[in-house]
Amino acid sequence: MDKIYPGVADAIADIEDGMTVMIGGFGGSGAPIELIHALVERYKATGAPGGLTVVNNNAGNGGIGIAAMIDAGMVAKMVCSFPRSSDPRAFTDRYLAGEIGLELVPQGTLAERIRAGGAGIPAFYTPATFGTQLAEGKPVAEFDGKSYVQERWLKADVALIKAERADRKGNLTYRKAARNFSPLMAAAAQVTIVQARKVAAVGDIDPEHIVTPGIFVNRVVEVADAQQEEALLRAEAS
Amino acid sequence: MATKLTNAQIAWRAAQDLPDGSYVNLGIGFPEMIAKFKPKGREVIYHTENGVLDFGEAPPAGEEDWDLINAGKKAITLNAGASFFHHADSFAMVRGSHLDVAVLGAYQVAENGDLANWSTGPGSVPAVGGAMDLVHGAKQIWVVTDHVTKKGEPKLLKKCALPLTGVGCVTTVYTSLAVFDIVDKRFVLRDKLPSVSLEELQAVTEAQIVVNGTPGDLNVPEL
Repeated sequence: MDKIYPGVADAIADIEDGMTVMIGGFGGSGAPIELIHALVERYKATGAPGGLTVVNNNAGNGGIGIAAMIDAGMVAKMVCSFPRSSDPRAFTDRYLAGEIGLELVPQGTLAERIRAGGAGIPAFYTPATFGTQLAEGKPVAEFDGKSYVQERWLKADVALIKAERADRKGNLTYRKAARNFSPLMAAAAQVTIVQARKVAAVGDIDPEHIVTPGIFVNRVVEVADAQQEEALLRAEAS
Repeated sequence: MATKLTNAQIAWRAAQDLPDGSYVNLGIGFPEMIAKFKPKGREVIYHTENGVLDFGEAPPAGEEDWDLINAGKKAITLNAGASFFHHADSFAMVRGSHLDVAVLGAYQVAENGDLANWSTGPGSVPAVGGAMDLVHGAKQIWVVTDHVTKKGEPKLLKKCALPLTGVGCVTTVYTSLAVFDIVDKRFVLRDKLPSVSLEELQAVTEAQIVVNGTPGDLNVPEL
């Protein structure tokens, strides 16, 4: 078993038009910039993959990462909790022009829908959104005297993930708060593609430290000097 | 009305009520200010939605690690005993009643505890973040807010007019003029600025204020 791919372009080469792509990260923390930019480069060169549905907590910042995907015109819809940032123009302009769709999901519900997708749970009940606009049209049920809203699982064709360490079997560790949605997305996608700062020999990562077991991971690319989205944005701004 | 508290003073007042040994989530923006006014000697562990428990102050400028941020995307540091976890565990802490207090800002609060703080209606990009999860689960939901809007309209209402974040969820409201506990679907006055009369307070509060006994004085230092 060897899940290592030689480069980011190879790892994302078969992502198709209209797919749902989960992208790890919360703001710039955990954003797999090199995988995203490889996808943008491919779209600019070939016109594919377009019409994507992108699942992330946010909807891009500045002109890099998910914002670069939106700017390129390859995103049909965002599924996110907070489509705002310090520089949200890429999404905001297209949204207000009616050129991009938005499914707004509370952050905890987004996490749990992705978790459910990876865990084979088609629906669940949560107290979040009960009595609000975001619950309209959804089944409501009472448990122990309190009302809850039914939410459905969220799955994806592909997940793009940034990890700290990985091995050829796909075992992953993360760095600090860059973990966020990535372990959930790795399980919820048909094909999980990982960029890792360091590919370690199998056995070098202590089993007690593995956060995402390799069963959830399909492809691993080593990107040793990965860019950090927030650091990149701040460097550009100054 | 001559005086009102600044946002920092409202945050200071709320901070005085942080229980020792509690787990607390401070909403992004104004509520985040509460941390710096925590009374000395009390241990409070802060939770942030993006998967950190027990974070500390912001690092000095130039020493930020942008993989280590809070829900407001600001750089943070870790206290000894901090932990990382994924988003589903983070919101298990929220919905599963493991947090003692969550503090949020508000556009409007109704006397039954309804909160509106995520949408001012059509025409803008809607964004909800973790607010709709946070208002369910934490044992106490505090709101920190100016007593009235920038236009001087009441924010403490009989019924919210703006889209709701949660139904019947708010337990305490710290405003620029007073502190209220929501009890049996009424705003019960706990403290008010000594310089503001009850009549003046009611005049800028749409909902009926309930007074049980003599309200305390809202005394806050200059900050």
